[in-house]
Amino acid sequence: MELTGAEIIWECLLREGVEIVFGYPGGAILPTYDAMNKYLDRVRHVLVRHEQGATHMADGYARITGKVGVAMATSGPGATNMVTGIATAMMDSVPLVCITGQVPSTVLGSDAFQETDITGITLPITKHNFLVTNVKQIAPALRKAFHIARTGRPGPVLVDITKDAQNQKMDFVYPTEPLRLPGYVPPSAATPEQIERAVALIKNAERPLILAGHGVMMSGAERQLLELAERAQIPVALTLLGKGAMPESHPLCLGMMGMHGAAAVNQAIQSADLLLAFGMRFDDRVTGNLRTYSPHSRKIHIDIDASELNKNVKVDVGIAGDLRTVLEQLLPHVPSLSHPAWLNQIRDWQEETDERDIINYVAPSDKLYAAHAIRDLWQATGGDAVVVTDVGQHQMWTAQYYLHQRPRTLITSGGLGTMGFGFPAAIGVKLGAPHETVWAIVGDGGFQMTLCELATAAQENVDVNVAIINNAYLGMVRQWQEFFHGERYNATPMHNPDFVKLAEAYGIAARRVRTRAEIPETVAWAHSINGPTVVEFQVEKEDIVYPMVPAGADLDKMIRRPVPPRNLPDWSENH
Amino acid sequence: MKHTLVALVENEPGVLNRVASLFRRRNFNIDSLTVGRTEDPNISRMTIVLDSDVTRVDQVQKNLYKLVNVLQVYEITQQPSVSRDLALVKVRASAEAAVVASQFGARILDHSDGLMILDLSDEEGRVEQFIEALRPHGIVELVRTGVVAMGRGNHIVRAPQFA
Repeated sequence: MELTGAEIIWECLLREGVEIVFGYPGGAILPTYDAMNKYLDRVRHVLVRHEQGATHMADGYARITGKVGVAMATSGPGATNMVTGIATAMMDSVPLVCITGQVPSTVLGSDAFQETDITGITLPITKHNFLVTNVKQIAPALRKAFHIARTGRPGPVLVDITKDAQNQKMDFVYPTEPLRLPGYVPPSAATPEQIERAVALIKNAERPLILAGHGVMMSGAERQLLELAERAQIPVALTLLGKGAMPESHPLCLGMMGMHGAAAVNQAIQSADLLLAFGMRFDDRVTGNLRTYSPHSRKIHIDIDASELNKNVKVDVGIAGDLRTVLEQLLPHVPSLSHPAWLNQIRDWQEETDERDIINYVAPSDKLYAAHAIRDLWQATGGDAVVVTDVGQHQMWTAQYYLHQRPRTLITSGGLGTMGFGFPAAIGVKLGAPHETVWAIVGDGGFQMTLCELATAAQENVDVNVAIINNAYLGMVRQWQEFFHGERYNATPMHNPDFVKLAEAYGIAARRVRTRAEIPETVAWAHSINGPTVVEFQVEKEDIVYPMVPAGADLDKMIRRPVPPRNLPDWSENH
Repeated sequence: MKHTLVALVENEPGVLNRVASLFRRRNFNIDSLTVGRTEDPNISRMTIVLDSDVTRVDQVQKNLYKLVNVLQVYEITQQPSVSRDLALVKVRASAEAAVVASQFGARILDHSDGLMILDLSDEEGRVEQFIEALRPHGIVELVRTGVVAMGRGNHIVRAPQFA
C-alpha cells in the first residue's frame, strides 16, 4: 500500500503498541500531525503546553506502565524544549522515543528556519539517536528506536525525521525481518563462576545488607529480591528510585539510604561486612565520601550496565546482567541463613532514629510541617496512591514519610533532579494507569516551572491531584544556604501567586490547607472530584530535611535533627 | 602506562562524532585516535591510544560498547602486535637533515623551495626520536597520523557477528 512517511510513522507507532503520544505540532512535524486523524481511533494524542511537558508526561507514562513513552515535537525550539526531559529520562534509565520533525533534507545544514542539530545536541543525553532523511529509513529507524529504548538498560532514543521524508510516499509493507543491530548486545546472565563467588560471600557474611535500586523494578525482580532477603535474612536498604522494590512495611525493609536517608540505614551501610547492590549505581547522593564508603564490606554488584561495575565503588563480584535473571540463577544456591545480632543492632539504630523523628512529635496545632502534611496525605490515601514528586525538600520528605508498598508507586526525578518534572509526569502517570489514584507532590518553586500543563490537565480532564507544598522558599537551596553558606538567603524567597485562584483560572478545582486537621477532609474532597485538583499546603517556611549527609562527607557523618526539634521546646512527644 | 584499543565500528555517518563525544563527556583523555576503512566496506576501524595513569581503560572499553554502532573493542596492549605512526616533517633542506633521515630510514618525499618533506612510518617512540633529532635543523611543518596497530599472526581483530 502506498503511504506517506507521516502515515508510516503512525503505522510504526501502532505496531509498537503505542496507545498515547504526548506532543506539540509545528512546521516541520506538520505532515505527521496532518496524518494523525486517521489513527486517532487507535492512538490518543495529548496536546501539551510546552514540549518539556511532553517528555515528562511520556516519562511518567513509561515509569508507571513499563512501556515506552512517546513524545513528539517540531524542529528547532520544539526539539530543544525536549532536552531537559530527555536528559531526565537518560539519567533515570526511562524508555522514551522522542520524534522530532526536521527541516527538509534539501536545506539541512543551511540554518533554515527552525533548524537545529537536535541529533548533535542530544548525542550525550540519549541512549541512541537517528537522523532520518528518506521515507525508506523511517520504519527501520523507529523499529530500532523502540527496541533500543526498552531493552538492556532502558533509555531515551530520539528520531529526527526531515519534513520531506514525512511527505515522500512509498509502497509500504511493515518490515518483519530481524533487526540488524550487530553492535547492540545487552548482557543477560551471570557465569556459574560469578554465582559461585557471590554465594560464598553471602554464606560467610555476618552483617550483609542489600541495596535495592530502580533496576529491581525495571527487571521485574521484586519477588526474587523478597525471596532472597527472607531466606537469607538480609535487610534491604532502598535508593530513592528503589522505593517500591520491597514493601516498606516489611520488617527487613529499612527504608531509604543516602544523603537524606534514615540515619539507621546509613549506619548499617557503614557497618556492613557485605553489600549486595542490585540495580543501583552508587550515585554520589547515595555514597557520600567514596574513600570512606562502607569500609568493612565485600561487595557484590549486579547491574545490566557493565560500565556501572567498578565505576564509583570497587566491587569484589561484579555481574553485568539482567537482575531478575541473575537472582534466579543465584537463589537455588542460597541456603536459609540468620543474622540475629546484626538485625538487633539495626533495630537499636532504628529506635534511636525514631526518637529524633519529627513524625513522632506533635506540633502546635497552628503549625503545619511538611513532614506531617505528607504523612497525613499518606494516611488519607490509604498509603496506596501513586505519588509523583518534583525535586527539592518536598521530594525528600515524600521519600521519608510516604511509605510505599508496591513497585512503581513513587515516581521522581532522581539522577538529574529536574525541577518541573513532577506535575507533567503525574499527568502521564494517570493516563498510563487510569485506575490508580495519583498525587503529584510538588514544591512551590518546581511547580511554577511547568504549571502551564494545568491547561493540559484541564483540556484532557486528567484526574490527577496536585499537592503544592508551599513554603514560599526554594526550600532545599535555602537549607544549603543555612548550613553551608552562612545563612545568606540569596534568591531563595519566593513571592508566589495565589495558587488556588491560579488553578481556578484554568477551570481546576482547588483548595488551601493551613492545618493538619483540614487534611483528611481535603484529600477526600480531592478524590471525590473526577478531574484535576490542586491543594495548596501552606507549610512552615524555614523547615529542614533531616538527617543530612553534607555533599562529599562520610555517610555516617550526618547532620541530625536536634532533640527536641529546634525552636519548639514545647513540643510533645507522641510515641 | 600506554594502552592501545582497537574498535571496530559501523561505517555510518556520525560514528566518529559519537566516539569523540563519549570521550569528552566522560572526561576520558586520549593520546591519539585514528579512524580508517577496513577490509569490509561496512566497518571502520579505530585505534585509540590512552594512558592508564590518567584514564581508566576498562571504563573506556565498557563505555565504547554502550555505543550502538560500536561492534567490537579489543585491548591489544598485552598481545604481540605491531604498531605504526606516520609522520610527515617539513624541514629546511640541509645535508644534516638528510643524514638524520637516512639514519631513521625516512624517505624524502619532496624537495622544493629549499625545503624537504621527510616521511617516516615507524613505532610511535621512534617517530618521536626522529622528530627530536630533526628539531635542531629547523622543523617548518609537522603532521602525524596517530598510531595504528595490528596483532601478530593469529591475533586477529574482527567482528564475528557482523554478517
